[in-house]
Amino acid sequence: MLTSIMEQLINGLRTGSIYALIALGYTMVYGIAKMINFAHGDIIMVGAYTLYIGIALLHLPVIPAMVLTAAVCSVLGMLIEKIAYKPLRKAPPLAVLITAIGMSYFLQSVALLIFSSTPIPFKSVINLNAVQIGTVNISGITIVTLAVTTVIMICLTLFINKTKAGSAMRAVSEDRGAAELMGINVNRTISMTFAIGSALAAVAGILYICQYQSLRPTLGALPGIKAFVAAVLGGIGSVPGAMLGGIVLGLIESLSKAYISTELADAIVFGVLVIVLLVRPSGLLGKKKLVKV
Amino acid sequence: MKKTSNRQTWYYAAVIVISYAVVTILLKGNLLNRQYTSLLVPIAVNIMLAVSLNLVTGFLGELTLGHAGFMSIGAYTGALISLNLGKTEVLPAPAAFALALLCGGLMAALFGFLIGVPVLRLRGDYLAIVTLAFGEIIKSVINSMEITNGARGLSKIPLYSNYTNYTVVFIIMVLTVLAITNLMNSRDGRAIMSIRDNDIAAESIGIKISHFKVKAFVFSAFFAGVAGVLYAHNVGLLKPGTFDYNKSIEILVIVVLGGMGSIRGSVIAAVILTVLPELLRGTDNLRMLLYAIVLIAMMIFNNSKIKEGLMMNRTFRKLGKKEA
Repeated sequence: MLTSIMEQLINGLRTGSIYALIALGYTMVYGIAKMINFAHGDIIMVGAYTLYIGIALLHLPVIPAMVLTAAVCSVLGMLIEKIAYKPLRKAPPLAVLITAIGMSYFLQSVALLIFSSTPIPFKSVINLNAVQIGTVNISGITIVTLAVTTVIMICLTLFINKTKAGSAMRAVSEDRGAAELMGINVNRTISMTFAIGSALAAVAGILYICQYQSLRPTLGALPGIKAFVAAVLGGIGSVPGAMLGGIVLGLIESLSKAYISTELADAIVFGVLVIVLLVRPSGLLGKKKLVKV
Repeated sequence: MKKTSNRQTWYYAAVIVISYAVVTILLKGNLLNRQYTSLLVPIAVNIMLAVSLNLVTGFLGELTLGHAGFMSIGAYTGALISLNLGKTEVLPAPAAFALALLCGGLMAALFGFLIGVPVLRLRGDYLAIVTLAFGEIIKSVINSMEITNGARGLSKIPLYSNYTNYTVVFIIMVLTVLAITNLMNSRDGRAIMSIRDNDIAAESIGIKISHFKVKAFVFSAFFAGVAGVLYAHNVGLLKPGTFDYNKSIEILVIVVLGGMGSIRGSVIAAVILTVLPELLRGTDNLRMLLYAIVLIAMMIFNNSKIKEGLMMNRTFRKLGKKEA
């Protein structure tokens, strides 16, 4: 019993840290551009397919293939911002939201045209032996996932809090107009945020695909939405909140899959979102916003 | 003012009669092949879905991504009623179908209310995501329930609303469009639009925002439910997977292409976007791409300098006035 609970918790931690990586992208973009980048989930998909192209078709070694994946996703993220979102900076939020949905649909349908909807099997590129701690068995991919996420989160926190570019990002998310007057290049900062967020999504895509080992054009949609739930749960706009939210959500999902019902697990995850928004709309670590008339 | 609205009434009556006559002639004269005949009911269903979504997205100005969820509630409720009452001949077929339509709509409206009351406190992005989540929750609950037969779905639903009964479908569709048009031309409709344009100003002149938001939401859900019932009795089988996120997006594309806040636009776009994929058969993957491009291009165009320039142009302004 205890072993099974421990194993479920570790599973949850693994899924949760992938969600956290994706949620970071949502939260950073939301903080700076004040929009939900619906296409973020599909960047995971693009990342997974890029890795597949790099390894299975171009026969690259693992590390360069991963770097290529991250680079492709960053460029794609910046391009999406330049083409679709930038012309709409002053538009009503509804227009931006619909464009973002359109973008997500666009990426999915392009992938569908190129790779068709039949799932492509893909062997994991991360091969590590499982580790046995007591009676609990931890797979290699889990260890790698946890290690990678921890390192990335530490680096990101340092980047945001200690570097000049990081404080520019914080300044723009606080008050775009004031930041511009202080001499910060807002366009470049926004591009950078999209690039970093998309690179994180690429990493998430690599980890995700090594775990599930099958490629579909829609593979990014569900983790994307769940990661968004995680971002809201932690308080959208807050970086530590996204990390916490992702892990909490992963644990909830894994436990409800194991002990309640596999079919209802998704419903439970979305139920969490609804409850959070009703009880504490600013999330666990988010700042409360007052609306003034 | 009265004169123009009178003329408009005649104009709309003429359009309705003519379109009905055209459909009748095409059907009775066997001028349509089977492929196009089978499109008649889907066109009507899509018109209803688009117009009802327009009520929330176009007029209230809130994006909902769970419209297919309401459609599925209506479809399943209606199908279960006619499977249990109509087929076993507890009720004669027309009565069973009428009951199915009513209950399907009401059940969807009830869910619209239950979801709307808490959720409409949220705005914009959050509302979109929560409605998306609700759509998914409804799907997975239907998937795991006994009565809906889970993932296998319901089959052998009596075909009360297939093309042989197109008159019924046509009447229901016209009633839906008229009901929503009238709602938007009433005091309530103006209140709903004022919330979209400036909710703080609306509230300050005494419009109860949450009341009207929920009202729009419930009406929208009701008609989506009725559309779902028609869908179920046209196709004859239901699967939870039919009513997914993509279906909601498809309806949204119709609304966006037709113009948010324009009922006439929704109707025209619904016809085009139902017939066009049939014409471009075999290019199903391209259809999704087309939808995506429509969404992005329409939004960027609507907020671009080109449109501003066109609106400033005198001839175009005149055209616009005539249309409005």
